[in-house]
Amino acid sequence: MKLTRRDLLITFVKGAALSALPMSAYKILSPSEVHAALKESNIRWGFIVDTDKCVGCGFCVKACKLENEVPYDVEVSRTWVERYIIMKDGRTMIDTPHAGRDGFTTQSVRGADVNPKNIAKAFFVPKLCNQCENPPCVQVCPVGATYQTPEGVVLVDRSWCIGCGYCIMSCPYGARFFHPVHKVAEKCTFCYHRLVKGMKTACVDACPFGARQVGNLKDQNDPVTKQVLTQRVAVLKDSFGTKPQVYYIGLDENVR
Amino acid sequence: MTAGLHELAVHGAEWTTKELFTYPNEFVYWTIQIVMYPYITGLVAGAFVLSSLYHVFGQEELKDIAKFALVFSLALLIVAPMPLLFHLQQPMRNWEVMFTPHFTSAIAAFGMVYSFYMAIVVGEIWFVYRKFFIEKAIALKEAKGMYNRILGMVYKALTLGSYDLSEKAVHTDHKIIKFLAALGIPVACFLHGYAGFIFGSVKANALWMTPLMPVIFIMSAIVSGIALCMLTDIIIMEWQKFRIKHTRKKAKISAEEVAGAEIDVVRKSAKYLVGAMIAALVLELVDLIFRGYTAMKSWDILRHVIYDMDFTKIFIMQYGIGNLLPFILLLMPKLTVKRAALATTLVLFGVFMMRWNVVIGGQAFSNSFAGYMHYHLPIIPHNAETFKEGVLGALFMGALPFVLFYFFNKIIPAIKYIKPVDNQ
Repeated sequence: MKLTRRDLLITFVKGAALSALPMSAYKILSPSEVHAALKESNIRWGFIVDTDKCVGCGFCVKACKLENEVPYDVEVSRTWVERYIIMKDGRTMIDTPHAGRDGFTTQSVRGADVNPKNIAKAFFVPKLCNQCENPPCVQVCPVGATYQTPEGVVLVDRSWCIGCGYCIMSCPYGARFFHPVHKVAEKCTFCYHRLVKGMKTACVDACPFGARQVGNLKDQNDPVTKQVLTQRVAVLKDSFGTKPQVYYIGLDENVR
Repeated sequence: MTAGLHELAVHGAEWTTKELFTYPNEFVYWTIQIVMYPYITGLVAGAFVLSSLYHVFGQEELKDIAKFALVFSLALLIVAPMPLLFHLQQPMRNWEVMFTPHFTSAIAAFGMVYSFYMAIVVGEIWFVYRKFFIEKAIALKEAKGMYNRILGMVYKALTLGSYDLSEKAVHTDHKIIKFLAALGIPVACFLHGYAGFIFGSVKANALWMTPLMPVIFIMSAIVSGIALCMLTDIIIMEWQKFRIKHTRKKAKISAEEVAGAEIDVVRKSAKYLVGAMIAALVLELVDLIFRGYTAMKSWDILRHVIYDMDFTKIFIMQYGIGNLLPFILLLMPKLTVKRAALATTLVLFGVFMMRWNVVIGGQAFSNSFAGYMHYHLPIIPHNAETFKEGVLGALFMGALPFVLFYFFNKIIPAIKYIKPVDNQ
C-alpha cells in the first residue's frame, strides 16, 4: 500500500471528525439555562449567630457530629466554637479545643493559665459553613462534585468527589475537610436533609440559648430575615467577595 | 455509635503540627506530591522550550541536546500527572477530571491542555524520527530472530504506513517540525502557566494569591528544564567518554571529540540558563517587595513565615544555594563541565525548594492569621498514605521519567553519539 502524506493527513482529519460525532450528543448548557431548568426557588436558607447569647457549651458541635456522622473523636468538625479572650494589654488569645465539642471548662488557653483580672473582654463565636452566595469551593471543583442547591446550600456529591482538596484550599473560612471515613470533601450542609423535611438544623435544635437560628431569607416574615433586616449584623471576611449567608450579631473586630 | 471509629485518622493530621490558633479543619492537605507536580510539569515545559531553541530558532550548538530534550520531555510529560494521582483521596475517580470537567476550575483545563500538549510532543517526535523509523523498518524487514522481528514490527507500526522519503517529503517534515516546535512553546508555557494559575487564583491563600504566579512558574519552569537537560546531557556524555576510554574496540569517535562537543553544548545552554534565572529571580523579588511595601492585612503573618519560620528554606536553600551560588559558578570565566554539573544540580535543587516554599509555605499559616502549621515529611512509611505522600513516593516520581526515558531511548535513540543517527 502506498500512502502519501496527503492521504495520511486526510485520514486523520476524517478520523477526528468521525470521533467527534458522538460528542455532538452532548449539550453544553449555559448557567442561565441550567438556572431556568432548575426553576428559581422561593427559599434561600440563611443563618443567624447571636454571639451575645453563646456560652460555649458545645452542644451544637456534639449534636452536629452525631447527626451528620462525623467521627466524634477526630479534630475535624462541620461546626465549631471559638473562644476569644482579649487581654487588657491588647493581646488576643483564641482557642477551640476539640472544636469546642466539650465546652470551655477551664480558664487556660492551650495549657497556659489566664489571669481573669487581666481580661478586658471574652466571648464565644460559633462557626459553620457560610453557604456563600458566591462560593469559591464550587468554583474550583474540577469535576463539579460540589454544587449549590437552588435554596443556596452548598453540598458535596460523595460519589463524585475525587478528593483533590482544591475546595478545602479555596475556602477562606476553613469550613471544609476530608471525611475520615468516606475520604471525600466534607462540609456543613445546614442539615439539608432536615431542612427539606421542615425541621431545623441539628445545631439550632441543640442550642439551649437560641444563639443559632436558621431561616428562609426570601421570606420577609421569617424571624431570621427580620433580624437580618432590622439588626446590626455582620458577616465574616467579606473582603473575599464570597457573600456569606451566615449573619453574626455582636461580631467583634478581633474575630478571624 | 462512633465508639468504633476512635482510631480513625484525619487526612493531614499525620504530618501536621499546629502552633497557636488554627481552625480545627486546617491541616497541611497539599503535600510533597503537590510539590512534585509543578516541579515535573515545569521540567517538561523547560525541556521542550530548550529543544525548540534549536528547531525554531536554529541554534545549531543545541542540536544534540535538542533531540534529547524532546524525547525526555515526553517521558516527563507522561509522569507529570502521576503525582496528582498519588495525592487524590479517590484516585480511581481520576478520569472524571478528563471526562466531566467543571470548567470554572483551573484544574479542569488540565485534560485539554495536557492532551493538546501531548499531541504536539508526540507529533513532533514522530516527524523528527520519521526517516529513522522508515530506515529501521526497511532494514529489519527480513531480520532473523524474535527480538529483531518484534523490533521490526514496532518500527513498521511507527511509520504509520508512510514510506515517502523523497526530498520534498523530508522538506515538508522539517517545516512541520518547525511549526510544531513553535506552537509548542506557547502551549508549554500555557501548561505551566496554568499550573501557576491553580495556586495564584486561590483567593483564600494569602501567599499564593498573586497575578504574577503563572509567570513566576513559567520562568522557573524554563530554568529547571534547561538545568535538567544540561545535567542529564553531561552525565550521558561522561558515560560515553568513560565507555570509549575503557573499551578495547576502536570507537568511531574519540573521547576528546565527545568532550569537545560536550563543552560547546554546556557553554551555550548555560547562557540561556543564566538568562532564564535572572528573569525568574526578578519576578520573585518583585512579588516579595510588593507584598512588603503594600503591607496588606496578611503581611504580618506572611512576614513571619517568610523571614522567620521559613528563612532557611527560602533565603539560604532557595535563593542562596539554589540561585546565587550556581549564578556565580556559571558566570565565572572558563566554565568547565564539572562546574556546570555542580551548578545545574544546585539550580534543580533551588527550583525544587521554590516549589516547596510555595506549596508547603502557603499552608504554613492558618487562614485565621493567628497561628501556624508545620509540615513533617514522612520518611519511613507505615501505611499507604505515608508512602504515597512521603519521601519514598516523591523519589518514585522523580525516578520514573528516567526509567521511561531509558526504554524510549531503545526505540527512538535520543542519545547515541558513538554512532550518530542524523535525521535532520
